[in-house]
Amino acid sequence: MELLEIRDILEAKVLVGEKFLEREVFSAFGSDLMSDVLAYVNEKSILLTGLTNPQVIRTAEVADLFAIVFVRGKMPNKELIDLALEKDITLMTTEYTLYTTSGKLFEKGLLGVKIEGVLR
Amino acid sequence: MNENNDTILLEYMVLKNDFKSAGEASSNVKKVLNQLGIDSKIVRRVAIATYEAEMNIVIHSYGGKIIVSISSNEIDVTAHDTGPGIKDIGLAMQEGFSTASNQVRELGFGAGMGIPNMKRCADVFNIVSQEQKETIVSMKYKLTI
Repeated sequence: MELLEIRDILEAKVLVGEKFLEREVFSAFGSDLMSDVLAYVNEKSILLTGLTNPQVIRTAEVADLFAIVFVRGKMPNKELIDLALEKDITLMTTEYTLYTTSGKLFEKGLLGVKIEGVLR
Repeated sequence: MNENNDTILLEYMVLKNDFKSAGEASSNVKKVLNQLGIDSKIVRRVAIATYEAEMNIVIHSYGGKIIVSISSNEIDVTAHDTGPGIKDIGLAMQEGFSTASNQVRELGFGAGMGIPNMKRCADVFNIVSQEQKETIVSMKYKLTI
């Protein structure tokens, strides 16, 4: 699913990385636990989170995630947005909760990350 | 072990409680590995494990350093802090076990996944520590061709 479509489904506002909206993701992962993101995400995914600290961008960077949706209307500060700009990461914010955000994307065919056997 | 003259050595200081810069060392390691043309899957594993090690130094230790050595057949990552050490390594290796503060948990860490994550990413993983002493985490990643 293209980021453009995700933006439309979630009625999200793009904060940075508008030029990468044609990039495609194959799954989504919703979590406020960055260690779990590092442990479980191993494909081209979009991260859905309510966390807005710089560790979210660092996590996305090392885990090769190029797009993040902040849920519940969360708005990161300028420092975080600048870091995302530097790392070519697209950031969006949606008013929907994590649950509703996940449901809306799932309904349109964007499935969750497969985690069986990843950890061991 | 690395008799090859082409070994590249990277060293980063990591400061206690420096959440603002936490991740910069791993970010730089990733950049260098990508520039060297190393397989992106290996780069990803090294970057994730280095980031977890870096966060652990920031969160739990008095400070330390991360040393990365890259040769033609292997990447070695060593995270070396100055204490206070791990009381029970067996417990620290268990998923879900954590001694992190609420402040750290609010950052999305401290879920007890750090050491298991590092171990999972590396080809060879070793941790040496005892209470009131330094902790040394060493990870090796094999490079083919």
